[in-house]
Amino acid sequence: MTQMVTATLLINGAAQTVRVHPDTPLLWVLRETLKLTGTKYGCGAAQCGSCVVHIEGRAAYSCQTPVSEVGNRPITTIEGLSPDSTHPVQRAWIAEQVPQCGYCQSGQIMRAAALLKQNPRPTREDIIAEMQLHLCRCGSYRRVVAAVERAARGG
Amino acid sequence: MHKRADAEHHPSRRAVLGGGCFTLAFLLTPGRQLRVMSARAQPTTLSANTWVSIYADGTIEIMCPTSEMGQGIFTSLPLILAEEMDADWSRVRVVQAPVSPAFANPVHFKSQGVGGSRSLRGYWMPMRLAGAHARTVLLANAATRWQVPRAELTTEPSRVIHAASGRSISYGEIAAFASLPADLPAPTEADLKPQSRWRLIGRDVPRVEVPSKVNGAATFGIDVQRPDMLYASILRAPVATCPHPLYTQAVVIGPTRIDDRAALAIEGVTQVVALDHGVAVLGTDYWATVKGKQALKVEWQTGAKSERYDSLTALDEFSAIARDPSRKGVARGNTGDVAAAFETAARTLSGEFSSEHVYHAAMEPMNATASVRDGEVDLWSPTQGQTWARDTVVKTLGVAPDKVRVHTTFLGGGFGIKTEQLTTAEAVLLSRAAGKPVKVIWSREDDIRNGAYRPAAAHRLEAALDAAGRITGWKHRLVADSVLLRARTAQLDQFKGFDVVVMSGAVTTYAIPNKHHEFIHQDRGIPLGYWSANGAGLTNFAIESFLDEIAGALGKDPVALRLELLGEPRGKRVVEAVAAMAQWDRKREGTALGIAYSDGGEWNCKCAQVAEVSVDRRSGVVKVHKIFAAVDPGIAVQPDHLAQQIETGILFGLGAALRERITIEDGRVQQANFGAYDLTRSRDVPEIEIKIVDTGHRGMSGAGQPGVPPVAPAVANAIAALTGARMRRTPMLPERVQAAMKR
Ligand code: FES
Ligand code: FES
Repeated sequence: MTQMVTATLLINGAAQTVRVHPDTPLLWVLRETLKLTGTKYGCGAAQCGSCVVHIEGRAAYSCQTPVSEVGNRPITTIEGLSPDSTHPVQRAWIAEQVPQCGYCQSGQIMRAAALLKQNPRPTREDIIAEMQLHLCRCGSYRRVVAAVERAARGG
Repeated sequence: MHKRADAEHHPSRRAVLGGGCFTLAFLLTPGRQLRVMSARAQPTTLSANTWVSIYADGTIEIMCPTSEMGQGIFTSLPLILAEEMDADWSRVRVVQAPVSPAFANPVHFKSQGVGGSRSLRGYWMPMRLAGAHARTVLLANAATRWQVPRAELTTEPSRVIHAASGRSISYGEIAAFASLPADLPAPTEADLKPQSRWRLIGRDVPRVEVPSKVNGAATFGIDVQRPDMLYASILRAPVATCPHPLYTQAVVIGPTRIDDRAALAIEGVTQVVALDHGVAVLGTDYWATVKGKQALKVEWQTGAKSERYDSLTALDEFSAIARDPSRKGVARGNTGDVAAAFETAARTLSGEFSSEHVYHAAMEPMNATASVRDGEVDLWSPTQGQTWARDTVVKTLGVAPDKVRVHTTFLGGGFGIKTEQLTTAEAVLLSRAAGKPVKVIWSREDDIRNGAYRPAAAHRLEAALDAAGRITGWKHRLVADSVLLRARTAQLDQFKGFDVVVMSGAVTTYAIPNKHHEFIHQDRGIPLGYWSANGAGLTNFAIESFLDEIAGALGKDPVALRLELLGEPRGKRVVEAVAAMAQWDRKREGTALGIAYSDGGEWNCKCAQVAEVSVDRRSGVVKVHKIFAAVDPGIAVQPDHLAQQIETGILFGLGAALRERITIEDGRVQQANFGAYDLTRSRDVPEIEIKIVDTGHRGMSGAGQPGVPPVAPAVANAIAALTGARMRRTPMLPERVQAAMKR
């Protein structure tokens, strides 16, 4: 595969046409082609969760999703989670002062938002089972759990 | 709160705001003086030294001189200046400072950079004085305008008040006409607010940049975009060398033969550039450069010293050297007559400990973006060392320092690795070669395999005990490769070969009359670097584990033994506090407690921790249920940040204690990604209880590292208390715990 192809993606409600290699992970199309840099690269190997976005409303590793497999499924990135950073998860994240370096947080927030959509009243075990898919080298883990609990209570 | 935080410098902002502005520039000097370099109203261009700018609309811009990497410095340093100038914090805008001597940290090699928990220690007094001086200037201007004595004026946040006449004026209004009074004396400590009048220091203030970290807006180095920018992916030699661009004797292993035909056939790849230490694939599309890198065929030079290095074999060799009295190293901080203490001892004990390499694993991998054009250089970097970054550009390209602009972005974690400058050299070389801006991104695999790791270290400790069971003599020999040799050779020479980074915490402050601390350097060519808490994470594991063994041999309680050995009250208080928090004397069912204490060495933050653990006896898996930590940092500028930093340190230390390790065979790092490098995750996180103990100490310390050292020994001591098995090596992997229980 040495040649690029054209693909049209539905991102944060808008159609975007890009010319990239078909095996390009969605992550890099978002970050570098479309300059939506809120979604982060951490491992490229489904290990850290920094790259999590929503595809059809579900949490997905954008580093594991080649652009050729996205099709017309709608994608939401951290930039599109809410128009004004007032999603209950974002509010809870600020209230609990979760981010430290902040690098892992877009992915964590997207995972938490997807979790709460599926399961609005998660137990602590539910939260840990889901959020432990994410690595945070700053160790914000306990605040993440507290923030998801707060968001579940309404922010 | 409407607070704006910018990790980028915006010289154009003045033009946008208009309506007047008053700026103050200072030079921070070691000690307690501060030189006002300039002060002016309505400048047309931003002075490179401006610390604080007051705009007519009431906005106050305060520089953050160093890097925000998660430690909250973007809030806590400007807040100190704001406190003393009595600024309305809701109108403060924090701006990332450029590289300039005006922003250098007096206690950090006189440079800008974050490390060694030095930011608060270095900037605390100068920034307070700067703030106080800014306030004095504002008062003086109001006094002149109103024709009243300055002594009759007071301030409320961002306002000057004349109570006698009921008048008040905002800082913004003053800025519109302010000038620097000619007769103003230099600020002194007498100008500072008493602690009772602090409005910001010691109260928890939300971090200024947090809102930008929940919506993707915060700009990290890897996010930088420049018009017409190219990307670079770089293939480096398979043997770990990570050459440091500022180290003149760096071993550089480069390509001998490059076949780049397949790479160049990939659409989006524009160029392949041979570097001294690697081969770079440049392109207009990042993924194209990744594919191009995979398509390269490269043969490499051989002969790196590190190519014979096997990390586990080396650790056994280091242990044998530590044990062999004929092998001599460099001693420092010795006291008394150690030989006599051992000759006259009623009894002697010894213990051996070791630690494997660990890696930083900052979630943002190394990266840098550079634009080299017409002899002018712009570098955007998530760097912990902006002055070193500039020096690297100067050395790499041979340009003058004033041609280099370093733009510090937010850092997606630092922990020491982002003092490294290889990406700086790569980005500027490639931008020059391409004639365009270039962003260099290291893949996670690049980042793991080209790290500058924490040293692998082996220790032998010996204690001499008298007939009364007192410790009269202490010997600690540590064998490891050097961190300073590669990063700061001059500092290694300054201490005559005693690597103060590796030996951090080795010179124990316990009240033992005769002490010997020795570093035996084994130069194996492996790239080593600063890693959170540095050697203190190694030495504290050895010292505090050995102390528990001594307590066991003497039949003493581990807490009591430490209290006996602690000469100074701060350490005593934190040990007592943590023992009380953990209910040290209460027996547990199925779990046990272990304690460890770190005096915080240079960063001067006392920290004692108790770990409560259980062990699955079949698998050897250790479960840490809870960590109790008591800390005395002196003044806690932001108590919530402080607790957060201690927690970060605890989890950092816990990973290295239990599961993280880098293994190297034939000079090749065996781990490639997080699948093989086992970081702590949510499910592994214990309960954590942190108490800030006010012992009356009013000094400053750093919070980034003190949480790290006591974790590993506290866990090891708890395992020993529960099972009788003494863990002598980190990480304490399940198979090692099993083996120790069988002994
Ligand atoms: S970057 Fe996708 S999981 Fe780490
Ligand atoms: S906040 Fe730094 S990695 Fe999570």
